[in-house]
Amino acid sequence: MSAELLTVLFAMIGGAIRVSTPFLFVSLGECLTEKAGRINLGLEGTLVLGAMVAYMTSYETGSPWAGVAAAAAAGFLLGGLHGALCSLPKVNDVAVGIALMTFGTGVAFFFGKPYIQPAAPRLPGIPLADWTGSPALADALKVNPLFFVGIVLAFAMAWAFRNTRVGLVVRTTGDSAPAARAMGISVDGVRLLATAAGGALAGIGGSFLSLYYPGSWNEALSSGQGLMAVALVIFARWDPVRCFVAALLFGAAGAIGPALQSINITQGYYFFNAAPYILTLLIMVSSGRVRHAQHGMPGELSVSK
Amino acid sequence: MNRAIHLEATGMTKIFGSLAALEDVSIDVPAGSFHALLGENGAGKSTLVKCIMGFYEPTRGTVTVDGRPIHARNPREARAQGIGMVYQHFTLVPSLTGAENMVIGRLDPPAIIDWAKEKKALDAFLDRMPFRVPLDRPVAELAAGEKQKLEILKLIYFDQRFLILDEPTSVLTPDEADEILGLLKGMTKAGDISVLMITHKFREVTAYADDVTVLRRGRLAGAGRVADLSTDAMARMMIGDTTVRERAERDPKPPGAPMLEMVAVYADDDSGQNAVTELDLKVASGEIVGIAGVSGNGQSELVEVLSGQRPLVDGRILVRGQPFEPNRESLARLKIYGLPEEPLRNATVPRMSVAENIAFRSFDRPPIASLGWWLRPGPMRAKARDLIARYRVKTPSTEAPIETLSGGNVQRAVLARELSGDVDVLIVANPCFGLDFASAADIRAQIMEARNRGAAVLLVSEDLDEILELADRVAVMSEGRIAYISPVAQTDRATIGHAMAGHG
Repeated sequence: MSAELLTVLFAMIGGAIRVSTPFLFVSLGECLTEKAGRINLGLEGTLVLGAMVAYMTSYETGSPWAGVAAAAAAGFLLGGLHGALCSLPKVNDVAVGIALMTFGTGVAFFFGKPYIQPAAPRLPGIPLADWTGSPALADALKVNPLFFVGIVLAFAMAWAFRNTRVGLVVRTTGDSAPAARAMGISVDGVRLLATAAGGALAGIGGSFLSLYYPGSWNEALSSGQGLMAVALVIFARWDPVRCFVAALLFGAAGAIGPALQSINITQGYYFFNAAPYILTLLIMVSSGRVRHAQHGMPGELSVSK
Repeated sequence: MNRAIHLEATGMTKIFGSLAALEDVSIDVPAGSFHALLGENGAGKSTLVKCIMGFYEPTRGTVTVDGRPIHARNPREARAQGIGMVYQHFTLVPSLTGAENMVIGRLDPPAIIDWAKEKKALDAFLDRMPFRVPLDRPVAELAAGEKQKLEILKLIYFDQRFLILDEPTSVLTPDEADEILGLLKGMTKAGDISVLMITHKFREVTAYADDVTVLRRGRLAGAGRVADLSTDAMARMMIGDTTVRERAERDPKPPGAPMLEMVAVYADDDSGQNAVTELDLKVASGEIVGIAGVSGNGQSELVEVLSGQRPLVDGRILVRGQPFEPNRESLARLKIYGLPEEPLRNATVPRMSVAENIAFRSFDRPPIASLGWWLRPGPMRAKARDLIARYRVKTPSTEAPIETLSGGNVQRAVLARELSGDVDVLIVANPCFGLDFASAADIRAQIMEARNRGAAVLLVSEDLDEILELADRVAVMSEGRIAYISPVAQTDRATIGHAMAGHG
């Protein structure tokens, strides 16, 4: 029995690491965009488009890392489109985001049809626990390099928001557009770049989905991770390091179902698979009740005005 | 330390389309002087300083700094010449700390910030300044006075030796205003800075300024040494031939029976913290009770409870001995009316017409409504036309969206709506905030008339002069409680100020 418990635990840890990576990238991207004062709800579309472009590029070139780069570029363009549209007068960022979510998934499905069958080269995993000789542990701790890139990125972003000119300019723009204008900062320019960079991160998150875990391209690849990442940013109170913690938490919740299945508990499988969504709801409800829940929220977000 | 700057603007003219917002205005601010720029709303004060700061390109005119002609095409270029401006609304970034604001506001912030070095430089700078502000906390947590000090510190830190201040005290309490203007005065005397201050408070001009320039309708209406001019002379220059409504006479008859009673009232603020604590206050018929206090001591929460916008946590509110319920029916039956602060935001629907906004209290009653639901625009417009004439609201028509009116006229329109019927209780908060001289006098006269007609008036104001002019009794709120209460005739500014500071 205790061996089974251990199996579940390892499976959950491994699952948390695997499942959390796309959450981490999308939420860091959304965090950057929101810090600059815009909400991009289109990251779900960016994620799916990134997954498709990465898979396609990897298949055509034979290099999965070229796929990651192509996904980042696609995300950058889609984010840039969002940023440019929102720079027009009287355009609402939430509405544009929803439109681009549909647009991104639509484009991905349209061009992705021929790539559902073929197998593309996948990203490698770093075996961290092969030396233990335990297959469960070895499997759980086979970690994709992107996970580590994400961690470094989270801490780097947190540092940059406090210690660099770019970081302070982004925060200024997100918190008070009049103050930014008084300093001669181009508010729309900063937001355009922040949204595009955020899109690039979400695109990388998408490449992880198709090139590592689950590791194939199909139309049901993302199940709302891009949208959940928005909730995750609120839960993390716009702090990149807390985004990382929250992504792990969401990842662990998403790993419950498969982990239990690995020890042949299939009862309530669909219920456990719904854990991340239930967690999202619980977080939104509970964080709304806490005092100072809005603490850290950029003052320029359209939902805070 | 660098020395103050001598700035001279000659023949400044700015024409927008066919409208001359500024016509041939010259102003001379010698190094180390404190210059006041007086004028009504729309007199051209902002246009003049915006031309100097490079927001606008003047149609004609030259600006010189220490005798050199300069031509600032944008505020950044003005800053490079040492000219800085404190705006009416804060330009600090709320979520950034004071230190972060100071660093990012520089003309050339470093790509990577060496905080140890920056903090040392800031500390050394603050040591040379006559006042300090905590720099390690987010600006959002600072009081208004501290924010204003930080704005000024920021400019001096960036080597701005000529400060333009646009109504710098409009968001401050009297004590904070005196402190900041006193500090600026000291720095001009020491020859460190020159100050050009836009204002329409005469007290500030006579107490702090060396020279004054008065504008009216875009032209120079007068100028001179403050010491040579009386307040009356300045007021005449400012207002010109417009007649200011007579200050309303205070009806000397003593106040009547208690009308509004608050018994052990408790209320919370938005974050759920206790904001009003065990507040007891009675306002009698025909009496104005003024509530003074540093903003943020529970005054706005109290006003919101009384206007039905905030739940009463505990305690009772009685009007003529009857309990007050925060609903439309009760407000109408007990005849409670109010003029909240910033009425365009708090008491109107900005995009609805003036007539509709004026009908908010009466649209569901005859003659405007039949059967309680069928609205007839005819009587609504007739009533609006009548009130617009009686309260002298300047509007193109009854159908203009109320947001197109000037601040004073929005205020008058809301007052017209609130005072048109029989008023038992009138709740007023900062009624003259941001208004010009003539409008403010007009609004105050209306409040006094309501009192003389027998209303119980609760006046919450951050302007102590206003309270001393209007109120029969003054109460000071501090930390959610009434810290001090006294008839106006038996108290003075110092005692009230002392109670406001929490030493009641």
